[in-house]
Amino acid sequence: MGVSMLNLGAALPEIFMAVSALALLMLGVFAGKDKAFRTVSWLAVAVHIVAIILVVTGQGGSAFFGQFKADAFAQFCKVLILIGSSVGIVMSMKFAERENMSRFEFPILISLATVGMMAMVSATDMMSLYLGLELQSLALYVVAAIRRDTVRSTESGLKYFILGSIASGILLYGMSMVYGFTGTTSFAVLADTLTGGNLPVGAMVGLAFIFAGLCFKISAVPFHMWTPDVYEGAPTPVTSFFAVAPKIAGLALFIRVAVGPFGGVVADWQQIIVLISILSMMLGSFAALRQENIKRLMAYSSIGHVGFALVGLAAGTEEGVTGVLVYLGIYLVMNLGTFAVILCMRRNDRMNEEITDLAGLAKTKPLMAAITAILMFSMAGIPPLAGFFGKFYVFKAAVDAGLVTLAVIGLVTSVVSAYYYLRIIKVMYFDEPVEGFDRNGTEMNVIMALATVAILVFVFFPNPLMDSAAIAAASLFGQ
Amino acid sequence: MSDWPILSIVTFLPLLGAALLLFINGEEANVARNSRGVALWTSVFTFLVSLMLWVNFDKTTADFQFVEKADWMPGLNISYHMGVDGISVLFVLLATFLTPICILSAWEAIQKRVKEYMIAFLVLETMMIGMFSSLDGLLFYLFFEGVLIPMFIIIGVWGGQRRVYAAFKLFLYTLLGSVLMLVALLAMYFDAGTTDIPTLMQYGFSYNMQLWLWLAFFASFAVKVPMWPVHTWLPDAHVEAPTAGSVILAGVLLKMGGYGFLRFSLPMMPLASETFAPLIFTLSIIAIIYTSLVALAQQDMKKLIAYSSIAHMGIVTVGAFTFNQHGIEGSIFQMLSHGVVSGALFLCVGVVYDRIHTREIDAYGGLVHRMPSYALIFMFFTMASVGLPGTGGFVGEILTLLGAFEANTWVAFFAATGLILGAAYALYLYRRIIFGALTKENLKTILDLSPREWLLFAPLVIVVLWMGVYPVSFLDVMHVSVENLVNHVETAQAAAAQAAQLTAN
Repeated sequence: MGVSMLNLGAALPEIFMAVSALALLMLGVFAGKDKAFRTVSWLAVAVHIVAIILVVTGQGGSAFFGQFKADAFAQFCKVLILIGSSVGIVMSMKFAERENMSRFEFPILISLATVGMMAMVSATDMMSLYLGLELQSLALYVVAAIRRDTVRSTESGLKYFILGSIASGILLYGMSMVYGFTGTTSFAVLADTLTGGNLPVGAMVGLAFIFAGLCFKISAVPFHMWTPDVYEGAPTPVTSFFAVAPKIAGLALFIRVAVGPFGGVVADWQQIIVLISILSMMLGSFAALRQENIKRLMAYSSIGHVGFALVGLAAGTEEGVTGVLVYLGIYLVMNLGTFAVILCMRRNDRMNEEITDLAGLAKTKPLMAAITAILMFSMAGIPPLAGFFGKFYVFKAAVDAGLVTLAVIGLVTSVVSAYYYLRIIKVMYFDEPVEGFDRNGTEMNVIMALATVAILVFVFFPNPLMDSAAIAAASLFGQ
Repeated sequence: MSDWPILSIVTFLPLLGAALLLFINGEEANVARNSRGVALWTSVFTFLVSLMLWVNFDKTTADFQFVEKADWMPGLNISYHMGVDGISVLFVLLATFLTPICILSAWEAIQKRVKEYMIAFLVLETMMIGMFSSLDGLLFYLFFEGVLIPMFIIIGVWGGQRRVYAAFKLFLYTLLGSVLMLVALLAMYFDAGTTDIPTLMQYGFSYNMQLWLWLAFFASFAVKVPMWPVHTWLPDAHVEAPTAGSVILAGVLLKMGGYGFLRFSLPMMPLASETFAPLIFTLSIIAIIYTSLVALAQQDMKKLIAYSSIAHMGIVTVGAFTFNQHGIEGSIFQMLSHGVVSGALFLCVGVVYDRIHTREIDAYGGLVHRMPSYALIFMFFTMASVGLPGTGGFVGEILTLLGAFEANTWVAFFAATGLILGAAYALYLYRRIIFGALTKENLKTILDLSPREWLLFAPLVIVVLWMGVYPVSFLDVMHVSVENLVNHVETAQAAAAQAAQLTAN
């Protein structure tokens, strides 16, 4: 494979996305600022869809002299990321117009963040990894603070920026350590150099720093502190975007780093991941029990989900990675559906964010309540819904890798987390209704319906997702 | 007809009915009426189709019958594998038999959100049947846990005062037990490379592994049965559930635990089962005696019957772990008869609850003067619960005690003591409700059984009598399968003993 070639063709989707984003920026500026919001948004969605097609039909291969690789793994993750981002844009449109945040930069920033994420999951070098990560992060900092006239949004943007910068610093420091002790930043060379019993202490420290930086990006405990605040403070469509695409990209990157350059020293990092995974699952479960704000609840829920996904990575095997990828696919669908519900919690043209606002939804909007209930049961991992299979695959990988204790702890915490998901169902079904919500937007109904159908029928057709995840994982281990 | 996938049809027919119900819309009264009709006919039809299983069942073989196998997740070597043997086929029938009765019993009692109620019940039926007929561990687990979703909704939405507490308790208790079973299933899968139940039965895990697996499965099944001391969710769930919910809970869901022991613990972990049999005996005897005493002190009718269920299920677990033909057959028979009898008793409570809206025993008394037919029916099922010869309850208990006697005399002795206490609380309950003077004002106008309620009890009475008078028609079905199970367990235990002997020499 032409490692020493520019080979721009392999990066065609990214290049297309970046150029289109800039073109849209021009369009927005010349069309007279925010009047073009809707047009730019829909065009951005179209760009995402074209990018999906380009990713799926792309010829793959290495690009930028071995800095970038479009393999099946990257392909799988990119499709998930693009779906997450494009649905995120669709979900934000009406909200933005009503809440006076219809700035045309919003869809463009999301597109640029997406380019960053796509670069991340394709990175095969510390440098390209960092480039992608920073492009993503910078765009996200701005997006978090997009409602600059409200204190909460600004605060969350600033918090995210400061903590994110520290994490990036830690990550860079770790990379420099690894570079210093091995003399290379290339994943392939690192993988050949760092093998069992041959891990210099400095590189080990560097690995720990890199993992810490990445844990921040996926909000794994103990680097999760920013998550609830940012989730709560950011405008809801932004939160729904944060909860999905960057999480997937971050986890995919984590996998690539862990099994790529450090794939030869699994035993050295496995315990780190096991610990982080246990902490995340426990914190995500216990801290969510007392939350009243549904966005904060979703923040803790996402911390818990990251913990579950890391169970698969902790296994350190191809099967484990397959499990994580399946988990991510299901997580994407469940979260998009749930945030569509949250975005529909509008009463008298005002957003509601308390769980108690859902009271009696089963009477006022039976269908929406049923959809939410299905989503929540799925989040809790109750079979036969899709959420169960996500957990099943990662825990299966963990048991196969001999991590039975981890599996037991994980499943027991999943029982704890079931409590707060059930609480939402309880509020909707068992409590007396409050005033009904406003009419849902059509796009929200479509998203909710698609997500629910996907969750319900996964049990009958598990193979498309599973097979593509298996191929993706194989491409990572087959190098 | 034999090439039809009868099991899948029986399993998914109710789900189809539930899907149909989704499309019923319009005026509330119409929706309610149509929903009741669709649900009833679906469940009756399911029952009729399930009779095909009974009719075409080959009693001379212990193999699984009506087997269906299709690719499900070929990448993981997990398939959609269904089939029944002599042990499970009767449970499938129990589920299909009780569901129409439950739906009929809710005819007037449930007035709000009728459509949703019926959907929940039909989904529940699919889960129950699927659980009893799945031959793949993962598939079994799906149905086993899937039961929780409709049950949570049924108790939570249509339950009594403390329904939320009861629903959460039921859900979380059971889920905690089940996830440990999931780990055990994954461990088995890792060891044997498959989740196929017939294959796993022949696999032969190492003794050490069996111990762990057994404990994990035990955590799940013991909660479901429920065994002392993890039984506390049951009285709460029973008291708060609507009548039909209690019927299905006592009638079928409790049997999932007992069935699990027979399907997983005994054949797959025979050595660990032998090791832990004293534990099971101890817990069962405590359950039989302790919960019988607790039942004596209850003020709430449903709670009393709930505690009596725990005691009766104690007999079941004793029987299952005797490892002999009588004990296991008795155990299965006891599950079936208890399913029908306790279901009927909850219906009896439902009858007066629908009229007076209280479950306090002290609120009743002297009902025989106004409700002679009710008194008769109630008397019949009380006697069946006590185990009067001629009713199904007797056969199950006598077989189990025979088996227990063969295995361990003391176990039989204590279990038999429990039966005496059982007679005490059941008759005490009956006396307080039915006999005495009719003094309470609101009881003076109470009406006797309506034709619908007669229709409800008639099939139950017939089945209980049938089980009591001619139990052979049920025992024949399970006989060969149980024999096979007993041989399998004995062979494994004998082989292990021989191996131990060899190493000792």
